[in-house]
Amino acid sequence: MHELLIEPGRTEKNYWGDLWRFRELFYILAWRDISVRYKQTAIGVIWALLRPFLAMVIFTIVFGRIARMPSHGIPYPILVFAAMLPWQFFANALSEASQSLVVNERLVSKVYFPRLIIPAGAVITSLVDLLISAALLAVLMIWFRFLPDWRLLTLPFFTLMAFLAALGPGLLLTALNVKFRDFRYVVPFIVQFGLFISPVGFSSDVIPQQWRLLYSLNPMVGVIDGFRWAICQGGTGEFYLPGFALSMLVVAVFLFSGIWYFRSTEKSFADVI
Amino acid sequence: MSDIVISLDNVGKRYTLRHQGKSERYVALRDVIARQAAAPFKAIGEKMRIWNRTNGSHPNGSSHPPSNGAVEDFWALRNVSFEVKEGDVVGIIGRNGAGKSTLLKILSRITEPNEGRIRIKGRVASLLEVGTGFHPELTGRENIYLNGSILGMRRAEIKAKFDEIVAFAEVEKFLDTPVKRYSSGMYVRLAFAVAAHLEPEILIVDEVLAVGDAEFQKKSLGKMHDVATGGRTVLFVSHNMAAITSLTRRSALLRAGHCVYFGETQDAVGRYLDSIRSQESRYEASPNHGIPSIARVEVFCSQSGSVHESGAPMRVEFDLYHPEPIPSACLKFQMVNQAHVPVLHFRAFDHPIEICKGSGTTKVVCHIPRLNLNVGQYSLTAYFSDPPGGQCYQHLEAVCQFRVVILNKTTLWGWRPEACTYHEEAEWRAAS
Repeated sequence: MHELLIEPGRTEKNYWGDLWRFRELFYILAWRDISVRYKQTAIGVIWALLRPFLAMVIFTIVFGRIARMPSHGIPYPILVFAAMLPWQFFANALSEASQSLVVNERLVSKVYFPRLIIPAGAVITSLVDLLISAALLAVLMIWFRFLPDWRLLTLPFFTLMAFLAALGPGLLLTALNVKFRDFRYVVPFIVQFGLFISPVGFSSDVIPQQWRLLYSLNPMVGVIDGFRWAICQGGTGEFYLPGFALSMLVVAVFLFSGIWYFRSTEKSFADVI
Repeated sequence: MSDIVISLDNVGKRYTLRHQGKSERYVALRDVIARQAAAPFKAIGEKMRIWNRTNGSHPNGSSHPPSNGAVEDFWALRNVSFEVKEGDVVGIIGRNGAGKSTLLKILSRITEPNEGRIRIKGRVASLLEVGTGFHPELTGRENIYLNGSILGMRRAEIKAKFDEIVAFAEVEKFLDTPVKRYSSGMYVRLAFAVAAHLEPEILIVDEVLAVGDAEFQKKSLGKMHDVATGGRTVLFVSHNMAAITSLTRRSALLRAGHCVYFGETQDAVGRYLDSIRSQESRYEASPNHGIPSIARVEVFCSQSGSVHESGAPMRVEFDLYHPEPIPSACLKFQMVNQAHVPVLHFRAFDHPIEICKGSGTTKVVCHIPRLNLNVGQYSLTAYFSDPPGGQCYQHLEAVCQFRVVILNKTTLWGWRPEACTYHEEAEWRAAS
């Protein structure tokens, strides 16, 4: 028989089992957030397309036309959009996840389930937006008659990396936001600032060689480079492997510290939320 | 020999109270940094002095870090131990703040105890609220799935019970309507229906029976009864002593975080009623100088021991403390029954009396010539403000407990608290 021991400071061993047992809740919470998101909006799901599209147009004009950044022969809109996909996902995931527990306060203070489900569900919801915008990318490719090659098949791997890259900081910020509502103001700042220190509007090979490793401390650099490599026929200069490895490492560090911090503060969420 | 499925061993839960004027539910990082930074440099800066004053720390206590004066431990639950056997239906009773909800939260793993240990054998489902997670934009059908999953049901399980749930809630016609368009009755019926069809080995229920209209309450009590007699282990918290008595055999009585009695429900309920009867027929608080407040409330019943015979006159007295004259002071009070429903509302400001004209204490007396309340346990809610609806000086809840009985009526048939709320005098004739 299922036996449970409740003690102070005890992180139960069946936590991950519980997570598995509640897997349907993942799906259903993500489904709830998606189906509720565009209720009572006039253009509905088009919002998911419009925002990255407009951002892409502006970036193409600013970086492609005005600043004349190199594009290695790739249509600039596609170059930008390949990066806009993971960046928008990261930005949405971070803002949605960090607010998710506070928004679902009733759930947290009235029902038990592994709390990890809520921010993780928020990240999954953003993943759906990523898929919707990916359709827009396909349209762009047809428009510019740009055919991706075999590298496109590696995209799921980079998507997974983007997911983990968003989940780590997401969990960290979620847990911090439960206790310190300051992080409500920190997250928009990270998102705004991050857009400019990530290679979204330009290819990352414009960064001087000696700074690139340092630049890759930003985990999204690796993710965005990966997306570009997969989508744009690998054609934005050489794939910078040390940087990518460093980004992966940073993703892993964030992920583990995120999970660790979340797990260690989770028990007190209901008391402080 | 039945198995022990829940065992609590010296369980305790501590909360840290911060006295910062208004109680804060969450902290700002700035405050934490300020607190850390302030400790060594306590005396510097006007800002810091104001900050310390609002924290209530001692002005001369330079040897203490500021947090000492501002933080206090509060044990919501301490040394609670009892055991529940398989198939037992156990009630948990106690006054507001006795620790019932905290205990349920610990048992349902929403929060963690600070000491002791609990062993639970079997799968637990807890119902601390109906309709947790209901989303107003989703339809009834969607919310059944959503709520069911949140309560730990599998999709297949929900599917299997779906029709039963819908029939129980009586919302067939509105299944595909967003629940925000539901009447509140439909809403709670649906919410209760989902919860009532949970089938865990151990069920923890908090006061969810007080939903819906009388007919639905009867139905939900019936459902609870099925659950209770169906061999499942149930922990049941309620203020409704009638429901506790009819549903449970054993009960735990909590008082100020301690389990003061665990045993037969009849005894537990008796002790509970005794405890609230003897203690609280009078409320008294020494006024905080400078702030208007209610210094005393006292109910004078027709019999001793805060027992009132329905139909007899009653007197309620208040002492209002006001350091300065309050031009349009407002005093009102309600009599609230044990289902927390206000039954009567009395407003002093509807009457041409002058209160709080000077500075000091005003005694206000309310005389009720015939108080025809139905039998049951009542308490007062008192409200002191300036003017009516304006700045609230004090809002007292659940003070001055008293009990109404009907003894002198010449009939064999007794009255029950749920029969009605109030009696009106009437003349009966038989016309042949």
